[in-house]
Amino acid sequence: MSNIGSYDERIKNFDWSIAEKELGYNNGNVLNIGWYCSDRICQLGKADKMALLWEDSTGREKRYTYNDIRLASNTIGTFLKDLGIGNEDRVCLFMDKIPELYLGFVGILKIGAIAQPLFSAFGDESLYVRLHDARTSAIITQRKHVGKVRKIIDKMPYLKHIIVVDHDGRKPLKEREIAFSLEEAEPVEHLEIFPTTAESASVLHYTSGTTGQPKGVKHVHYSLIAQYLSTRWVLDLQEDDIYWCTADPGWVTGTSYGIIGPWSVGATQCVQDAGFSAEAWYRFIEKRKVTVWYSAPTAIRSLMKAGEDLVRKFDLSSLRHLASVGEPLNAEAVVWSERVFGHPFLDTYWQTETGSIMLTNFPGMKIKPGSMGKPFPGIKATVVDAKTYEPITEPGRVGLIAFRPGWPSMMRAYWNNEATYQGKFKNGWYLSGDRSSIDRDGYFWFTGRDDDVINTGGHLVSPFEVESALLEHEAVAESAVVAKPDEVNMEVVKAFVALKPGFEPDADLELRIMNFIRKKLSPLAMPQEIEYVDSLPKTRSGKIMRRLLHAKEWGEEVGDTSTLEDDE
Amino acid sequence: MEEMKDVILEYVIQEYLEDEDEEITYDTPLISGGIVDSFSMVSLKRFLENKYNISIPDDKATPEAFDTVNKIVVLIKQFIN
Repeated sequence: MSNIGSYDERIKNFDWSIAEKELGYNNGNVLNIGWYCSDRICQLGKADKMALLWEDSTGREKRYTYNDIRLASNTIGTFLKDLGIGNEDRVCLFMDKIPELYLGFVGILKIGAIAQPLFSAFGDESLYVRLHDARTSAIITQRKHVGKVRKIIDKMPYLKHIIVVDHDGRKPLKEREIAFSLEEAEPVEHLEIFPTTAESASVLHYTSGTTGQPKGVKHVHYSLIAQYLSTRWVLDLQEDDIYWCTADPGWVTGTSYGIIGPWSVGATQCVQDAGFSAEAWYRFIEKRKVTVWYSAPTAIRSLMKAGEDLVRKFDLSSLRHLASVGEPLNAEAVVWSERVFGHPFLDTYWQTETGSIMLTNFPGMKIKPGSMGKPFPGIKATVVDAKTYEPITEPGRVGLIAFRPGWPSMMRAYWNNEATYQGKFKNGWYLSGDRSSIDRDGYFWFTGRDDDVINTGGHLVSPFEVESALLEHEAVAESAVVAKPDEVNMEVVKAFVALKPGFEPDADLELRIMNFIRKKLSPLAMPQEIEYVDSLPKTRSGKIMRRLLHAKEWGEEVGDTSTLEDDE
Repeated sequence: MEEMKDVILEYVIQEYLEDEDEEITYDTPLISGGIVDSFSMVSLKRFLENKYNISIPDDKATPEAFDTVNKIVVLIKQFIN
């Protein structure tokens, strides 16, 4: 029996107080996610229950019970407090998927500071933009990533502490750098939990838009209510489950459902800190006896490419429930997973801004492969007309996916960017930026984004950010960046580049430009293809017409180019 | 053969290895070990194609085939005349 039982019954008379009651939360009380993910589970008598089974690519493993989580987060929180970090200070987590990332997240929240997780593959420029916008006070990182911080430290006087969790003493630390070893630190039994309440800021995740710099999405501790309940009802985590969320906590899935969700329900989760390999993934599932698996379409398509013979080499019979997030899950992947694993991957749809699952296929519900499913109980979802912002009632007609504001995990602000935040709301709806239709049975069907943002492997990349970085390369005179279709990643970054005089458009330069972006921004943002052009198509006022280039890449009708030449 | 191994190993160290204290060998897992991610693999493939004047079909450029320097050498030799 699934936790949700009947979807149809759940949506009748739904109220978020269901989650509040289960969590023992009363309106106005202290609400601290860090406490809920550690101390509370211990108080429920599960102190010795396994919370985290971690291993790296070499097979080295570490195990943490809920009591270990409590103590480790106390220890990290105390260390931060002793450095002077306090309420609403931003503390960046810039690490691979090592235990300190997960435990540090909980510790930061416990002292009332704001956790700012960033993907550890970010280059120095991507890191700087995000730290600068947030005026981050401290960054917790590993020795291998300190070099990127050192490159930009002089521009950040507000960044007071660079905490290195694996300093081995072989090379001296520099100014503002301090070593912290969780294994060597004295465990802290008692930490006074900062009395955060529902609307206290908790997490700051950065996401990319079409224009401008990345936006800091501010979440609050009340997000727990939706993250907890969706973990119970969608991911269906139960007492004996072994859960594996493959997402990196540098992104929102990795925190909402890679830390907060599983630990607030008291589940056992496992983490593999390694690169992707189909064989290694199957081996991990077999070894850990994973029962619930939350992954992404790009990974699923990569597994499909690796073939079914490989699957048969492993005992994957422990799997009982599979879900997917990040980009639309194609129908073939749903059908394939049901055939190969005995269970279909159920698509879930949500965003950094929504904080928790908004549309989804629920356990026990009729699955329509290729559909995103139906709204989570308590979520009022629709598609609206792109001009009037009025809900579309005609089944099958495409509009903008929109949600009625007010769900617990909705973002509360874009950091330092009130105008852009307000622009996300029209006619009483939050606009997701994605397009969809709704069929007669109420299922949502994704059709694409409503802007130029590139969704590659489930991660959003801003064409503006890549174009700006390209212009910093000595050979690039101008550039335009668009999405290119890709079998595995859905979309990848493609750049059109016009060179400065004196540079030859050859393959070596293409590679140099690719590596330049990879190191400066991130591997995700690196153009997978660069096309040299003499000049870029522009409007009469000189604005580059990305839409024209995008249409060509996707084999779409360009339409009346005389219209395109006008300013939009 | 040795030269090819060394060239590729040196390129990986120079371009992808973030931990300057980490030592890698011809058999160190690059993809599954998290040194080269799946997106960066595209730039490594491009380097190999440029360097050895070959074209590696996408269906041969798998994470498994790129997982160590030794495996990459085996792959490349299939495409060198």
